[in-house]
Amino acid sequence: MSIVGTRVVRQEDQNLITAGGTYVDDLREEALSGAAHAVFVRSPVAHARIESIDVSEAKAAPGVLGVFTAADLGLAPHDAGPVKEPWLADGVVRYVGEPVALVLTEERYQLADAAELVDIDYDPLDAVASIDAALADETLLYPETGGNVMQVNGTKEFDDEIFADCDVVVSTTIVNQRVAPAPLEVRGGSCVWGEDGRLTFWLSTQNAQIARMQLAMSLGVGEEKVRVIAPDVGGGFGAKIGADPEATVLGWAAKEIGRAVRWIESRSENLTSMTHGRAQQNTVTVGGKRDGTVLAYRLDVIQDAGAYPRTLFLPTLTELMAVGVYRFPKVETRSRAVVTNTTPIAAYRGAGRPEATAALERAMDRFAGELGLDPAEVRRVNFIRPEEFPYQTPTGASYDTGEYAAALDKALEAAGYAELRAEQKRRREAGDPIELGLGIAAYVEITGGDSGGESGRVDLHPDGSVVAWTGSSPHGQGLGTSLAMLLSDQLGVPMEKITVRHGDTDEVPKAIGTFGSRSLQLGGSAIRQAADEVIAQARELAAELLEAAPDDLELDAERGVWQVRGAPSSTVLSWAQVAERASDGKLTADVWFGGGKPTFPFGAHLAVVEVDTETGKVELRRIVAVDDAGPIVNPLTFRGQRHGGLGQGAAQALMEVVTYDEDGNPTTATLADYSFITAVELPDFELVDMATPTDRNLLGVKGIGEAATIGSTPAVHNAVVDALAERGVKHLDMPTTPIRVWAALEAASKENQR
Amino acid sequence: MKVSIEVNGRPVAEEVPDRTLLVYFLRDDAGLTGTNIGCDTTSCGACTVLLDGEAVKSCTVLAAQADGHAVTTVEGLSESDGSLHPVQRAFREQHGLQCGFCTPGMIMASVSLLADNPKPSRDEVRAGLEGNLCRCTGYHNIVSAVIDASGQEVDR
Repeated sequence: MSIVGTRVVRQEDQNLITAGGTYVDDLREEALSGAAHAVFVRSPVAHARIESIDVSEAKAAPGVLGVFTAADLGLAPHDAGPVKEPWLADGVVRYVGEPVALVLTEERYQLADAAELVDIDYDPLDAVASIDAALADETLLYPETGGNVMQVNGTKEFDDEIFADCDVVVSTTIVNQRVAPAPLEVRGGSCVWGEDGRLTFWLSTQNAQIARMQLAMSLGVGEEKVRVIAPDVGGGFGAKIGADPEATVLGWAAKEIGRAVRWIESRSENLTSMTHGRAQQNTVTVGGKRDGTVLAYRLDVIQDAGAYPRTLFLPTLTELMAVGVYRFPKVETRSRAVVTNTTPIAAYRGAGRPEATAALERAMDRFAGELGLDPAEVRRVNFIRPEEFPYQTPTGASYDTGEYAAALDKALEAAGYAELRAEQKRRREAGDPIELGLGIAAYVEITGGDSGGESGRVDLHPDGSVVAWTGSSPHGQGLGTSLAMLLSDQLGVPMEKITVRHGDTDEVPKAIGTFGSRSLQLGGSAIRQAADEVIAQARELAAELLEAAPDDLELDAERGVWQVRGAPSSTVLSWAQVAERASDGKLTADVWFGGGKPTFPFGAHLAVVEVDTETGKVELRRIVAVDDAGPIVNPLTFRGQRHGGLGQGAAQALMEVVTYDEDGNPTTATLADYSFITAVELPDFELVDMATPTDRNLLGVKGIGEAATIGSTPAVHNAVVDALAERGVKHLDMPTTPIRVWAALEAASKENQR
Repeated sequence: MKVSIEVNGRPVAEEVPDRTLLVYFLRDDAGLTGTNIGCDTTSCGACTVLLDGEAVKSCTVLAAQADGHAVTTVEGLSESDGSLHPVQRAFREQHGLQCGFCTPGMIMASVSLLADNPKPSRDEVRAGLEGNLCRCTGYHNIVSAVIDASGQEVDR
């Protein structure tokens, strides 16, 4: 009986539900006893010259162990795209929340008092607080570069000829607004230098090994001198990839004062100082025939990169995924990335793909609306067909497998699409002020898109137990349970005898870690490959014990025993008996799975909203999601990943947005101001399963971590616009808050009266 | 000042600064780190504990205010033999947690919710947990966990 594919509750849960886990601020390690507490003094202005910093009063405050600024550090700044980012602001501050000084105290309660006393004299500069202001190039963040555009990619000159044969051409500029990743656990880290000259750093990170490399490089020591441990991590969503600049400053400070240091930021710090996501403005143009066939498509991306352009792959990834699930004959894409006096932008669940899908799926609805065709029908006409795979897109992606029409059909059927349209019509005919809106999004995304590998190690001990180490360090995804299930099936060892470990660079020296929904397809394949090697070793040892040829032996994975093929009644050997014979006391294989290629999960979502046209209030009533990421290892966590993605994706469409005033002051800097979605704004989710395998890794699986985020945002967004379509609204930007809906209705009403 | 609080049935008496918040008293003085801190505006509910049986956000209660009272944290829910509280069991069974950071507060808020309303509907659970934020689950399975813990069938 295979355990893979069955619903298995997580091994991870016991400690989390009884003791609340062990997150970085929970650590009470001996090495951290007497640790200094740390707080960063952060810029309260968006753009300014630092005229002077006086730390004398702060240094004299009770319990203060040190106050440090850029002048003290002596560390070379790191690259942020084509410019340099200092570890602490050096002469200029470029966003509210930028770290300027570090204060260390004996007690946690002394931090805020001492930080208040750091006297910084700022000479304000004009702030660049929007993409338009950045493009105007009137104020430059980096005058030496000559402009605020930090990266240009794609088509140099757009050519309107591509739309020459089109009956209808529709163009829309869509703001894919800035949002906060906001994992429930903020950023934190604790570190200490040992007498052996090694730095041990407990860090809330998705990638301990990348963090170790960054820390070693920035602190100017060899990687062997740094150990990074990711304890329980309270969510990351892309914003905890590797180590943020604060970690380097803490590592430096721990050496400087000769003491352990512990740091946990506040939520209000987190909302301005942890990287944000999305922040694109996309102009999308689609043209085609009256029957709905698209002939040409253009996507023009402008990425707001924030003050330090740390993550410039985002706009080019948006270009790569521009055409989504459709076969478009002519395609043009271009992207530009600009700097603004705002928090730096980096990966957030989906990271470049949600933006591509949001632009495309809004455009398809606009196109269908212009033609007076059903949006589902227009999508069907243009889908890449199953027999066309593998499919090379005009933008350079190589799609593995897809059943795009089938996914849409399943979603529409599960939702009862025809009845919903009928209900929509009834309401309109009755003049119901509560409009019904239906929104469709068909999507494809790329997972494991970095094309890097992953490590996996499997040890099988003489007591029959298995310990596995994965480089894919999870933080809530339940990967440990999934890997244990795979091993249990492959080896025939019961789940309770399998332990999966991760996140300590001394135990797993080489790894990439978690991002881009790569973990199961790459980390899982590495574990499969390691277990294959263990089986190969065992075959040789069992052959000696049973005095048979290795090729005549087989592993009975039902019972977890070795036997002579075709003679199941003969002598069998347990794993324990075989492992006892291993030369170094256990069977062991430590591998690097480097053969994985990117995969392309896909799906279709349908959202149903009710919009009160008198108040502008939007209620998300239903969301039906078909998400196909290949074979399912654990339906429990597979569904859990989709739920989380749906929640975050819907949140962007409905309510979440990070805002700044024209001077670059953040106006959503606390959880009281930022509209983090709650249980009352979301419906129960309706999931429909579909599993189309890939041939691009050992398990046939694709990633599911981000997929549902990507589909749900445009589905909900389209539903809101659909609800208002009869009243003349063609587009409104996200988030679809009551005031925006009301304003869009007002504008359309005035337009109608003209 | 001297503060004495009965935490999970055990008296904890410590000399603490007047401004000490209950959550820090629990984490630093009682040594119970299960209660997490997720914000600084009483918005997220990660620090929810029971104060004399009622759910409170322990980041907004002074330790001094709890002096002489009884507090229950997530560590105090399971039986002495290690068997899980029905709400803990249901969160695991229904996959009502992923990263786990909101979970202690979410579980304590759910215990309190069920004490007030032993057979809630899914909508009532959503309304009851509005003050507790979760970034991982989309809340669906948290709602299912509370329904399960109440002894009602989970049908989705």
